[in-house]
Amino acid sequence: MQPRVSGMSEGKNDRNGNLETLLESTLDSVDAAEALVLKAASDVGFTEDDLHEIGMAVREAMVNAVVHGNRYNFNKKVHLNVAKQPDQLQVRITDEGAGFDQSHVPNPLEEENLLRQSGRGLLLIQAFVDEFEMHHVPPLGTEVKMVKYRKPS
Amino acid sequence: MSVKITTRQVGDVSVMDASGRITLGEGASSFRETLRELVSKGNKKLLLNLADVSYIDSSGIGELVSGFTTVTNQQGQLKLLNLTKRVRDLLQITKLYTVFEVFDDETAAVRSFS
Repeated sequence: MQPRVSGMSEGKNDRNGNLETLLESTLDSVDAAEALVLKAASDVGFTEDDLHEIGMAVREAMVNAVVHGNRYNFNKKVHLNVAKQPDQLQVRITDEGAGFDQSHVPNPLEEENLLRQSGRGLLLIQAFVDEFEMHHVPPLGTEVKMVKYRKPS
Repeated sequence: MSVKITTRQVGDVSVMDASGRITLGEGASSFRETLRELVSKGNKKLLLNLADVSYIDSSGIGELVSGFTTVTNQQGQLKLLNLTKRVRDLLQITKLYTVFEVFDDETAAVRSFS
């Protein structure tokens, strides 16, 4: 039975314990997604540092989906998919927005952009995961796929 | 969980002691308001003590940068003190580590203000 998590409207685990859930377009959902993903990541056996990085990447991706993709629209959901494997975690976060062109985000590492107030979310996600992909997935919006490998101990 | 900020004066330097998380929502806006209030009262020497800040997201970094710009534009100075390894790493990833003056020692930090 899926625990009721604030911000979550429905969800299910399949036989492998992989999670698929829909979240509301609220900041509470950012917390909810982080908690759900970290639970799965703990099951895979990531280190404390890796868990921190996974949590940060998920939060940034969720904020993008809620704030920029769905614009807090109550009628739009964020789709969260979490797949566990013995040595990796795959997370997909998909919004229901209009789609997104990454080339429109100024590079936050360029000198003239260093002091901009926003625009660092994607940079941080990519710093914290091993694989990162972003696609427009009509009829939905933007899908962010992140994979983190568990290093052998 | 959000951020709690208390302010104290060390000479003419305002030290902001923050603890908690500076993230999108309450944390980031709390920080922004505290800084804005200090600046509006004419405080131009601001030292942000992040020893107890366990977590900053990109919005929190945005507020640090915005605060820095606001203070600097008013001929003031905003410096950072006691970064945790995680926050230090974030500032390095975002290339902001060289933008801010960062200190590990409060006395040295306070003395550095001109």
